Amino acid sequence: MSETATVSRPAAEATEPRRRGQVWRRLRRNRAALAALGVIALLVLFALAAPLLAGLEGQDPTTFHNDLVDSATGGVPFGSFGGAGAHHWLGVEPGNGRDVFARLAYGARVSLAVAVGATVVQIALGTLIGLAAGLGNRLADTVLSRAMDLVIAFPELVFAIALMAIVPDGFPRPVLLALVIGVLGWGSPARVVRAQVLSLRGLDYVSAARLGGSGRWRIARREILPGLAGPVITFALLRLPVNVASEAGLSFLGVGVRPPTPSWGQMLSTATTWYEVDPAYVLLPAGLLFVTVLAFTVFGDGLRTALDPRAASRLRVGTRRRAKD
Amino acid sequence: MLRFLLRRSVSTLLVLLVLSAVVFLLFYATPGDPAILACGKGCDGERLAVVRHKLGTDLPLWQQYWHFLQGLVAGRDYDAGTDVTHCAAPCFGYSFQTDQPVLGMITSRLPVDVSLTLGAMVIWLVVGVGTGVLSALRRGGITERLLTGLTLAGMSTPVFLIGLLLMMLCCSWLGWLPFPQYVPFGDDPAAWASNLVLPWLSLALITAAAYARMTRSSMLETLAEDHIRTGRAYGLSERRVVTGHALRGALTPVITLLAIDVGGMLGGATLTESVFGFDGLGRLLVDSVNHIDLPVVVGVTLFAAFFIVLANAVADVLYAVADPRVALA
Repeated sequence: MSETATVSRPAAEATEPRRRGQVWRRLRRNRAALAALGVIALLVLFALAAPLLAGLEGQDPTTFHNDLVDSATGGVPFGSFGGAGAHHWLGVEPGNGRDVFARLAYGARVSLAVAVGATVVQIALGTLIGLAAGLGNRLADTVLSRAMDLVIAFPELVFAIALMAIVPDGFPRPVLLALVIGVLGWGSPARVVRAQVLSLRGLDYVSAARLGGSGRWRIARREILPGLAGPVITFALLRLPVNVASEAGLSFLGVGVRPPTPSWGQMLSTATTWYEVDPAYVLLPAGLLFVTVLAFTVFGDGLRTALDPRAASRLRVGTRRRAKD
Repeated sequence: MLRFLLRRSVSTLLVLLVLSAVVFLLFYATPGDPAILACGKGCDGERLAVVRHKLGTDLPLWQQYWHFLQGLVAGRDYDAGTDVTHCAAPCFGYSFQTDQPVLGMITSRLPVDVSLTLGAMVIWLVVGVGTGVLSALRRGGITERLLTGLTLAGMSTPVFLIGLLLMMLCCSWLGWLPFPQYVPFGDDPAAWASNLVLPWLSLALITAAAYARMTRSSMLETLAEDHIRTGRAYGLSERRVVTGHALRGALTPVITLLAIDVGGMLGGATLTESVFGFDGLGRLLVDSVNHIDLPVVVGVTLFAAFFIVLANAVADVLYAVADPRVALA
């Protein structure tokens, strides 16, 4: 993006009140996005109501039920579908007999909370740094842009694993996870924000504000920041499922959330040794994880199309999932 | 071209230098003491001091880092008390845990990641680019919507999830394939391939989705360009237009993506390795991080970063080759 970009982009106008109704109307026509929104609402409800739901079932996520697993086979749950029944709706964990339904519900809290926290950190850092690069002088822009390149090029998973290992055990793991995923992932949002700032900066109303004597900070706050809302919200929504997957991945590798705190990734990691005898225990967390990530992706994609139908056909590399292999 | 290569080499070296310093700093701040772990059970103060001296962790940080750099460039000598071991350049040091040379540990595991990456790459390029072109040509139809949905689903699936499900389906239920375990290509090429089918598929399916989307959008953009219209006006068949002209222009952004992905995977496909129990660079890293095995962590991180930086440079060159309008700066 050149320093003197003066082309007005449709995304900049997306936040005008006149447009907002239009965005909603376009979104409403997208049935897949609406369905995804419904699924997201259900998932959030599932997570928020975890104690209530577990209470309704009469179970909790941490109690061992050694009487429900077959000690002769190393802990395969008695009964079909992982020991599902009236007392344990979705069965019990192989090995120690913890209630699967309660762990899934509490796991949803961890999953969503970590992902939202990480996204907030990424977007906050990215917006600040992107703003600084886009509005600062040439030196600041160069330094910050190189820093973005570096952070984006980093083997993210490698550093996440390293960071998760060096922090003392007393630190709450979910908070740590959100921070680590967040701190390693500000590169692409910063790039998006910088590009948007550069294109906004050349627009007439910003020039008018500058000529009218507004200072740099006032322009950043009053003129630029509102114009960033559309792209940043879309980016955040598309980043959320990536972060859900990152949390699951790190917990799967055993460096994320630690037992007894439940997490879907951690359940899947245990499931790797049980899938032959207890397939239900794999399919449940796997299905939930998949549905969660898919719902957020579909909705984010729908919102992007609604905000900027023309640009939506171009999928930016910056929004791709990283640390995925 | 020469100037570009020179500048790229310098910046690559700088990035690696910064990165190694960051890793050193990071692990210096670690609360755990690698000497205690390496010393084992029943370790008293005196022996601990000896082990610390042997590992070199009794020196200040900057000296440790300096010795590491020296070893990389000129090799270094290790004084084990009774005899001296010389580690020739490029020396990444010896593992705190196993006393093996780090370079050897890395190179012995590299074939796993190379096998994983290259095989998967072939599949995801064929599937991804094919899907992308198809959905660009059938714009607006049911095919396109189906493909869009499928790619979104593919992008949403974490690799360990797809790996687990594939293993359940193909190995456990249907019994089509053996449970994967890595067999070196040189030992038995057929066993190598049949054991790698599932890891390849898992890696490729999730990666292909991004390629399908990117190919589709850049294909649509290219098809709208003037030279395509001109080609059509001259009466070229649609087939010639697509395969001969549009595809070339459409594939340039794909090259960049490809280089980044391949570079990242060569440095360790951690999750895939973990699901299938392959001992590649990714698992080596997880192990060494858990044991505060600093030389191995630094070695693997540098290798991983090196592949990524190298891949970026290769991408820039390929980009310029594929698209004459791009100049190397």
